[in-house]
Amino acid sequence: MHNLSIKELSEGLKAKRFSSRELTQHHLDRIARHDWALNSFITVTPERAMAQAAAADAQLAAGAGGPLTGIPLAQKDIFCTRGVKTSCGSKMLDRFVAPYDATIVEKLDAAGMVMLGKANMDEFAMGSSNETSWHGAVRNPWNPGRVPGGSSGGSAAAVAAGLAPAATATDTGGSIRQPAALTNLTGIKPTYGRVSRYGMIAFASSLDQAGVLARSAQDAAYVLQAMAGFDPRDSTSVDCPVDDYPAALDKPLRGLRIGLPDEFFAEGLEPGVRSCVEGAIKKLWELGAEFENVSLPNMPLSVPTYYVVAPAEASSNLARFDGVRYGHRADNAASLEELYKRSRGEGFGAEVQRRIMIGTYVLSHGYYDAYYLKAQKVRRLIYDDFKRAFASVDLVLGPTAQNVAFRLGDKGDDPVAMYLNDIYTIAANLAGIPALSMPCGFHDGLPVGVQLMGNFFDEARMLNVAHQYQQATDWHKRRPPGFE
Amino acid sequence: MSVNTMEWEAVIGLEVHCQLLTRSKIFSGAPTAYGAAPNTQACAVDLGLPGVLPVLNGEALRMAVSFGLAVGAQIAPRCVFARKHYFYPDLPKGYQISQYELPIVAKGRLDIVLDDGSAKTVGITRAHMEEDAGKSLHESFHGQTGIDLNRAGTPLIEIVSEPDIRSAAEAVAYLKKLHQLVVYLGICDGNMQEGSFRCDANVSVRRKGEARFGTRTETKNVNSFRYVEKAIDYEIQRQIEVIEAGGRIVQETRLFNPDTGQTRAMRSKEDANDYRYFPDPDLLPIVCSAEYIEEIRKALPELPEAKKARFEAAFGLSAYDAGVLTGERPLADYFEAVVKASGAEAKLCANWVITDLLGALNKLGKDIGGSPVSAQALGGLLGRIADKTISGKIAKEVFEAMVAGEGDADAIIKAKGLVQITDEPAIVAVIDQVMQANPEQLKGYRSGKDKLFGFFVGQVMKASQGKANPDAVNRLLKEKLAPPG
Repeated sequence: MHNLSIKELSEGLKAKRFSSRELTQHHLDRIARHDWALNSFITVTPERAMAQAAAADAQLAAGAGGPLTGIPLAQKDIFCTRGVKTSCGSKMLDRFVAPYDATIVEKLDAAGMVMLGKANMDEFAMGSSNETSWHGAVRNPWNPGRVPGGSSGGSAAAVAAGLAPAATATDTGGSIRQPAALTNLTGIKPTYGRVSRYGMIAFASSLDQAGVLARSAQDAAYVLQAMAGFDPRDSTSVDCPVDDYPAALDKPLRGLRIGLPDEFFAEGLEPGVRSCVEGAIKKLWELGAEFENVSLPNMPLSVPTYYVVAPAEASSNLARFDGVRYGHRADNAASLEELYKRSRGEGFGAEVQRRIMIGTYVLSHGYYDAYYLKAQKVRRLIYDDFKRAFASVDLVLGPTAQNVAFRLGDKGDDPVAMYLNDIYTIAANLAGIPALSMPCGFHDGLPVGVQLMGNFFDEARMLNVAHQYQQATDWHKRRPPGFE
Repeated sequence: MSVNTMEWEAVIGLEVHCQLLTRSKIFSGAPTAYGAAPNTQACAVDLGLPGVLPVLNGEALRMAVSFGLAVGAQIAPRCVFARKHYFYPDLPKGYQISQYELPIVAKGRLDIVLDDGSAKTVGITRAHMEEDAGKSLHESFHGQTGIDLNRAGTPLIEIVSEPDIRSAAEAVAYLKKLHQLVVYLGICDGNMQEGSFRCDANVSVRRKGEARFGTRTETKNVNSFRYVEKAIDYEIQRQIEVIEAGGRIVQETRLFNPDTGQTRAMRSKEDANDYRYFPDPDLLPIVCSAEYIEEIRKALPELPEAKKARFEAAFGLSAYDAGVLTGERPLADYFEAVVKASGAEAKLCANWVITDLLGALNKLGKDIGGSPVSAQALGGLLGRIADKTISGKIAKEVFEAMVAGEGDADAIIKAKGLVQITDEPAIVAVIDQVMQANPEQLKGYRSGKDKLFGFFVGQVMKASQGKANPDAVNRLLKEKLAPPG
């Protein structure tokens, strides 16, 4: 059952070949059997899951329910879930039980999906390897000595290992796409504003966007369909109609124009990764796509720009974790100042503290113009680059990451090397455009991802292209050894 | 205090925090009512829980815009919310959502009139929208601090004046005018005790003729007009003394102590927070279209000055009476309702409202909203004067009974038998009786002591228990006392 697509699972449920309870129990069993080695879940919620599954079965028995009714999934631990610990991968919130549901939790519950538990993640989504989690590193099912990517590493590992058919994830600088590439999944970060941020614990508000990690574009299309849409509780969500993603999957690629930016194929790209991406280009060309070179001249500025904007917003967003109302509070503080200092010093890990300090610095009096304001201007230039490119092409294509999954601990001491992991993914967040990563081959036995970037609200087109590619290839069907 | 204040000039700018009268908070749906049990009016957004997001209350924006229009200011076609960061237990998010570089209102003005009748214009630099913080409660918790977040997220506008004010008296005149305006606009309840309208005063002094400003201090949260006056006067004196003694003024924040009438240093500029303002990425810039602004302009109520001018022109009231009656919108509305209900002359109505009604309310310690006599009821009473059912003097007696809750005018007049005597033979009978009872005075009057006429009027009124129509008494007495022929 754990190798079936969401569509197949839904058909199986509707045809009564298996019940949602059986399907859910099967995944809970797999979590029990495998997750000790992966650490992809922070919290497993079997009772909640079985209750949801029973409700789904009742719905299905009555002939009701939609394409997701009774299908299990994992929720990234960044989404507030009523009555369930929502730790965001941090000691700070290790005992925080959310009193309300995030909008997407509500929506996926309403779609009949069954939450298996809360997926591990880098602390406050800050990381590219899932090593910063207070709950311990997540391991890559393709090689337990390797990282699964981050920050949505738990979501990625769980889906790649068949512990969940799909998972929610979030992407501030590549946190959906880079883990997708490193674990052989399809991951989509929608347009900024397409999916509500309400109830998603904020890292960098102007960059954060929720999306899906799944084993195919088709699976991702079904789940994203249930997540997307305007939310009056999120002022930055956009009130425009949501396309029918599953219905758009079958469109042929003839006439599709894809841009190849020089900047994505420059120095630093591992040759084995490059050849996989070139293979994907060739396959898409065979399927009818036309390619042309485009230039995104400001793309190389995206990492430094991001590491001003994201920490600035993070330093502000994380100010609320002060030990006063909820979250970790230091014992026996002698003064208010000590309460703040020690609660935050004890509750936050090193990477989070580093980013709070960077962010505080760049927003400080006298530095704001030189850093934050300047970064916002560069951000505009990066957006203009994409705008120019989309005048002549439908999509932009490039590698998702420079390398395959690296070893645990390899980049732990070098934050800059870690930050450079996101060199190909950050630009889409800065521009607010949608982007997707899909499997396109293996190098040294580890998965490689190729990235599609689209114009605003072009999710349907990107999922369509990925689906067509996946109809002609089987990279996405490969399963990690031991988890088949 | 022996300094020679004549050589010195004070420069004052005021920052007023005005709580907007919206039903719900500025960025959440929680109610704003004052006085509820602690933390019962704070929702997930107000508590700053992880993952929550602000959504602007459209009513708060409308109120801020209407304020801007009422002070002739520019309404920003595009304004931006910014985060102001500092750590304090009653500030749930670690930042306050405020406005910084692009406020909603800029460059307004307020015309004030001082007690000596002179007029002055005070510039309004800007007014911006922001959320209030919660409250820290130190008293009820021994060795601990309680946090009440009911107030967190209450909408405010902060109104910043130009440093155009030169004395405590001017400051008070400005504040009263501003207070009157926001209450008129219906955007603030004006309750200073509850903190709905609070003021910080920036004060500096310089020698007369000096072009540059001196170093200023900011005195925080002074919550009555009288305290503002005291605090500013104290601060002016203190600064002059410091400078005359060879000292320097330190830029600092000071607190006013109403018990001593003094201000004391709270924190200096060096200790001040770096607020690290930046545009709030959770809120999009607000764009106010010309049509939106025009719609609000059309819906503005009649403002105090226009109302005063209309009262003078339409009702023939003196500038003083019109000023008193338009001082507060409910009083003006009350007065107009009395005029309408009574059918009496507006001047008569004005006298009654200003003298009798306000006098009675003052004694009762009530405001117009709590008046025991409704405008309809007072109108009914004045109508009985107009149609000569009772005299003005009797009306005072009826009014007292009305204040005491004995019913409406007609019921009291009937119950007490106070209907005015207009029947001439009846009045003549009383006059005859009075003339017979006072032969000495009659002789005196007829021998030329004209002043005794008043005595006879008084006696007739007394004998009729005040019910005789005074006009008729005058006329008939003159006839009866006049020499024959």
